[in-house]
Amino acid sequence: MSTATASRPPAPTGLVWRQFDHWRARWRRTWRGSAITNFVLPVLYLLAMGVGLGAYVDSGGARASLGGTDYLDFIAPGLLATAVMQNAVGASTWPVMGAIKWDKTYHAMIATPLRTRDILIGNLGLIAARLTLTAAVFWVVLVIFGVAVLPWAVLAVPAGVLVGLAHSTPLFAFAAWLERETGFMLFYRIGVVPMFLFSGAFFPVSQLPDPLEWLAQVMPLYHGVELVRGLTLGTPDLLADLGHVAYLALWCGVGFLLADRALARRLGG
Amino acid sequence: MGAQSVEQAAAGPVEAPVEALVEARNLRKSYGALEAVRGIDVTVRRGEAFGFLGPNGAGKSSTMRMIAAVSPASGGSLRVLGMDPGAEGPAIRSRLGVCPQDNTLDSELTVRENLLVYGRFFGLSRAEVARRADELLRFVQLTDKAGSRVDDLSGGLKRRLTVARSLINNPELLILDEPTTGLDPQARHLLWDRLFRLKQQGTTLLLTTHYMDEAEQLCDRLVIIDEGVIVAEGSPAQLIRDHSSREVCELRFGVDDHAGVAARLHHLGERVEVLPDRVLVYAEDGEAVAAAVHEMGLSARSTLVRRSTLEDVFLRLTGRSLAD
Repeated sequence: MSTATASRPPAPTGLVWRQFDHWRARWRRTWRGSAITNFVLPVLYLLAMGVGLGAYVDSGGARASLGGTDYLDFIAPGLLATAVMQNAVGASTWPVMGAIKWDKTYHAMIATPLRTRDILIGNLGLIAARLTLTAAVFWVVLVIFGVAVLPWAVLAVPAGVLVGLAHSTPLFAFAAWLERETGFMLFYRIGVVPMFLFSGAFFPVSQLPDPLEWLAQVMPLYHGVELVRGLTLGTPDLLADLGHVAYLALWCGVGFLLADRALARRLGG
Repeated sequence: MGAQSVEQAAAGPVEAPVEALVEARNLRKSYGALEAVRGIDVTVRRGEAFGFLGPNGAGKSSTMRMIAAVSPASGGSLRVLGMDPGAEGPAIRSRLGVCPQDNTLDSELTVRENLLVYGRFFGLSRAEVARRADELLRFVQLTDKAGSRVDDLSGGLKRRLTVARSLINNPELLILDEPTTGLDPQARHLLWDRLFRLKQQGTTLLLTTHYMDEAEQLCDRLVIIDEGVIVAEGSPAQLIRDHSSREVCELRFGVDDHAGVAARLHHLGERVEVLPDRVLVYAEDGEAVAAAVHEMGLSARSTLVRRSTLEDVFLRLTGRSLAD
């Protein structure tokens, strides 16, 4: 056996990039499948709800309460935001618990020079790539359906990724802290489903009773829906959008700090 | 190796060689109120195969995790490769190989991919990693499985892949936590053979095991650890000499009360141990014991004379058998 091999001493930076081949190898196995799902689902949603249901909504004279748009235009950007959110939930819960509890790949990784924070950043990088794919494919569907108004609509993709990450980092923390997967089921039922339905994607939150409206506005998804809708339809409200971006960034940042702590505790105890 | 060090010495200043790769003094680990490791002293020297022998839950894995610089010590001092694991974890880990008790392989990747991506974590170039991966697949005899998915491998093959992975950075110190637990005899012997070769090549081995035969096969020196403390230290032969007789006569009687029978056997050997299903008589000459028992008119259902092992040492020191 060769004795010439010597692993390079770790530099303070650059450990994150050492994971590139790892995450790329994992991504390679799944991206085609997710690209197809990411395309087919939006098409079905937009046909059923935007075009089908939309015909009824529009004939009922709801344009005013929808901000003067067709129902298709109203829900399509909201569906982009919710699709990225759901993808973020999928990518940040079970796979994270699996890497801790089942496959234990994180345990293999911390036996190398990598630190838990490097692993967190690397994995979030993969998640961001997945979310970008989801948002971009959905965006193409919006263009095909004639919903997207350029040039602002281009920003709907990065905005969508931000919405996803605002959910990913806190969920990563949750997954790194949680002992058993049953917690995910519960979270999905009482968290994800209500958020999906009541965050302003399908109807304006102003239709809700006041306390529920306030609750909806605390959720990051509401801000994501508003942000993506304004950009997609070419009618951004710049000041409000700055607020949405800041609020989503806050969720990302706090979630990151929590995830960093939870992962270090879980792996390095 | 020898020629290489002469060259290095001639080439100029080199790092002072660290002869003690692991030095632990009064090392402790607690998880809340549970004290898993309760003050152990250990020195592992370069080039040796050092073992931690003890039952499950003795504190072996906790100790390994501290030495592998992934779990901070709760007390005492620890130096690994001359460095402090708390402050220089990445630098230490870059020179260690770790073969954990669970294989922790990436089941979504192929056998070869598992090695390729793992080597990159150590900062090795893609070309270097590819060369190492093929070399290691040959070493653990997995070359024809290179493209297989990890999920399709048997337990023994997964273990060999994990060992190969732990060698990807050509580590100075290889840490193996229960390397052959759960493997069939053939797979164990193959793995022992590979580990023995590594030792021959100068790799320092640090392993935990609850198999006494594994400890006897592989270890130059070992500590017996029980309930978080070291109860004995030495070479396998030394430990057996110090804590047991040369031979053991194992007697199984067809009775429930082995203790009652044992009371009549004390004069036959240096020591008598009573287990739930048999009596052990420790003596220099086991055959003589067996003959004497027969002469006493006691009919044992089965009689086995064997040499003392580390199992007997463990029984002597802790009053329990390793399998408990």
